[in-house]
Amino acid sequence: MSARNRELLALLPVALLVIGGFSAVFIVESEQIGDLSLIYGGYFFALCLIAHVLIRIRLPDADPYLFPLAALLAAVGMVVVYRIDDGLAGRQASLFLLGLVFFAATIIWLRDYRALERYRYLIAVGSIVLLFSPFLLRNQVNEAYLQVNLGPLSFQPSEFAKIGVIVFLASYLAENREMLSVAARKFLGITIPPLKHFGPLIAVWGAAMLMLFVVRDLGSSVMFFGGFLAVLYVATSRLSYVIAGLGLFLAGAGFLARRTPHVQDRVDIWLDPFAGGKNAPEGAGQIQQSLFAQADGGLFGTGLGESLLRLPGPFFPPDCTEGFPFCGSILPEPHTDFIYAVVVSELGLFGGAGLVLIYALLAARGFKTALIARDAFSKLLAAGLTAVFALQTFVIIGGVTKVIPLTGVTLPFVSYGGTSVVANMILIALLMLISNDARRPRSRRLPGEDLGGAPA
Amino acid sequence: MNAPVVRLYALVLLLFGLLVYFTSKWAVFDAESLEQRPENRRPLIAEQQIPRGDITTADGVLLAESLPQGQGRRPVFVRRYPAPDPATFGNPVGYSFVDVGRTGIELSENRLLSGEQNEFASILDQLRDVPPEGADITLTIDAEAQRTAVQALQSAVGPGVGGSVVALEPDTGAVKVMASVPGFDPNVVRNEQTFSQLSEQGTTSPLFNRPTQGTYEPGSTMKVVTVAAALDSAEVDPDTTINADSPKEISGFPLENSGGQSFGEIDATSALTNSVNTYWAQVGERLGTGTYLSYMDRFGFNTDPPLDYPDDQMAPSGVYEAGRLLGSGAAIDIGRVAIGQERLLATPLQMAEVAATIANGGTLMKPTFLLEAKDPDGRTIRELDADPESRAISEETAAQVAEMMTNVANEGTASGLSVSTGAGTLAGKTGTAEIDVEQRLNRAWFIGFAPVDEPQIAVAAMIERCTACFGGEVAGPIATEVMNTLLEG
Repeated sequence: MSARNRELLALLPVALLVIGGFSAVFIVESEQIGDLSLIYGGYFFALCLIAHVLIRIRLPDADPYLFPLAALLAAVGMVVVYRIDDGLAGRQASLFLLGLVFFAATIIWLRDYRALERYRYLIAVGSIVLLFSPFLLRNQVNEAYLQVNLGPLSFQPSEFAKIGVIVFLASYLAENREMLSVAARKFLGITIPPLKHFGPLIAVWGAAMLMLFVVRDLGSSVMFFGGFLAVLYVATSRLSYVIAGLGLFLAGAGFLARRTPHVQDRVDIWLDPFAGGKNAPEGAGQIQQSLFAQADGGLFGTGLGESLLRLPGPFFPPDCTEGFPFCGSILPEPHTDFIYAVVVSELGLFGGAGLVLIYALLAARGFKTALIARDAFSKLLAAGLTAVFALQTFVIIGGVTKVIPLTGVTLPFVSYGGTSVVANMILIALLMLISNDARRPRSRRLPGEDLGGAPA
Repeated sequence: MNAPVVRLYALVLLLFGLLVYFTSKWAVFDAESLEQRPENRRPLIAEQQIPRGDITTADGVLLAESLPQGQGRRPVFVRRYPAPDPATFGNPVGYSFVDVGRTGIELSENRLLSGEQNEFASILDQLRDVPPEGADITLTIDAEAQRTAVQALQSAVGPGVGGSVVALEPDTGAVKVMASVPGFDPNVVRNEQTFSQLSEQGTTSPLFNRPTQGTYEPGSTMKVVTVAAALDSAEVDPDTTINADSPKEISGFPLENSGGQSFGEIDATSALTNSVNTYWAQVGERLGTGTYLSYMDRFGFNTDPPLDYPDDQMAPSGVYEAGRLLGSGAAIDIGRVAIGQERLLATPLQMAEVAATIANGGTLMKPTFLLEAKDPDGRTIRELDADPESRAISEETAAQVAEMMTNVANEGTASGLSVSTGAGTLAGKTGTAEIDVEQRLNRAWFIGFAPVDEPQIAVAAMIERCTACFGGEVAGPIATEVMNTLLEG
């Protein structure tokens, strides 16, 4: 079977999930939602098929599972968002269309993704500007600078910046990795690369620290620095760099945490969300509610639409003007930060583990792409993008399940919100471009392409 | 460059494994302790989304129902007590509200009322998508007799004075009446302000369920226990004569009969008929502390009554010192205990159990409120199950005591009393405990049952305080009025 036919077949479970999930929610909540809303599901699946046709034309050799897995995650997101609020699900379906537009744009205009190497410093500067833009625009939410508002449009720049940073690092390290690993001197048994080559990497560490301190975004900071260490490790194969980097990050983060009440609070809440009773720092309630929601789930969950989310009757706050789920939900932010807790509450441990498994499978396809990629830049880019994607997943689910302190990053493809869908669709498009290149049969390769690097 | 990529994936899998491990911790392994955390409002909200079952009396008066509040697919239910005179039933039914908690039968029968059931049944319901619903329960309480009791108490006591009536079905233990005056309307308890007002009213506190929580000097009603113990242990028989002059020295202090009257050599029957203190105190001393306390145990003293009622709303009866029960090892003036004095305190429920035990041929039945419970589909899931608690005395002894108690009503301290089943069908014992000799304040008691041949009802009536009064005059008529309502009904 050809790769594309396998892809089409793999979209079947997505269709089943969308149909089954939407019907289940509709049956349970039919008093509160209209039957028109069922169309969102069909609309969503039709979009997936259109994207599939596009992939058939432009990326015939790309990995057949990357897109269906991403679509599966988006389908889970659609169903859960639909369960939370049918209006939001309508918007989520439109945002998914926007994501597909960017996906299509990426695979059409960036057919030769190696061209990105040429603009790496521009991309690096652009990413850093993006990252700090909420701070420069003084847009503070919950003491952190996460969002940029441009008129009616608002987005989280860190979602795009993570791709840019990885592109830069992959490109830079593809060129300098030999210097870093071979030309290094040993001092007291520790490998020290020449400062000249290490400089930009120190800059990355500095940027991560600065983010932590100025932008106060622990989640993105962890994500970026983790992605950086992953690319560095793949490029040099030196665990010592990773350990040194991790040590530097932890030292810096520990130092800053004690001077940034916001970060310190999050760490305290993480250590014991039930400490302090009524004097618990603000935000302790969030993680408490997350754990309580998961405790309701058990092995199999309460069933879609069956868990307690919207506060009933007299419990609903009278001053809730924005409307559910923005307020009046027992679990705060059920459609974004805490969507994983909703999944566990309604689909149980098996639902949660199943979702994590989809991410693990997607990561497997991404790393597989890195393994078969034919040149250093492609390998590093694929590995870096996959690592940052997996790390983002770990950071948010880990925050919701109290593995690590809670930080405000989105759950890729599942959380409600446009930026996340668009940015991650671009990420998947890049992985598929690399994969298409790597899996292309010899007969269709351009002359000289086998040597690696960009075609002349 | 491939080896690090593979190791990187291994790391990702490890991290994801950690996520699954923690998810299982919260969703499964620690779920129960999380559900019990005080910060967790979910169980509270879920509980209110269950319509609690109705509470109805044996004669069909609806006492409690749940009404939906707010719209949407999942309304919240609020308790309402719809009887026209809710205060008549405030005790013992109690209340169930989010802000103030739960008491009385609402608490003790909570499992039935909230539809809590075994794990298997609830999984089946989940599969069938049936929302949980509470069972309706029917109480053994007879609303008409309860009203009779409350009205009779209210007209007998002055303001701020309490009183109670307990009526039991001797052969089943069914509680037909449990009246506590002053009462409270459970509907107003929902308001936290009213609740604290009601709670702060000291000893007259209407929230206090006197029949089970109030401990009082039982006075001469205790002599029924003494007679029973003395006859059952063959220490005396109805014809045993003892010198009953007044005063007699008991435990080194002179004890007087009522009015200082000396009776000379009299037998047990006339000593009970005339409630002769010196006779029964001497019998108590002959029995000794150990024997006497063991008979008290058999009648249900010295432990919480085996009633289906919240533990913290029941007090055991017995000899108290500084709020603690004394055992047989303690120095107890058992002669005075035998006539209801000393540091002996008893609840009205306990004294009703004494009367019911004699009426039931010497077997104490477990008292109960639950006549029937029906699940939402109308299936009976629980029924009154007459359950013996202990054999206090032999059947012959019980018959002898019953006969002697009939004499009390025929010609003794309760001779002014009668019931509708005819002359000579009432058995009883009066009690008058002096609580303030100077102000001549007494507690008035009456315990009894009727009809003697085939007892259908046993009653204890108690007035907390009256001036220069006797049990037979004040408590007796209340008891017979309640008996008549039940015997006629």
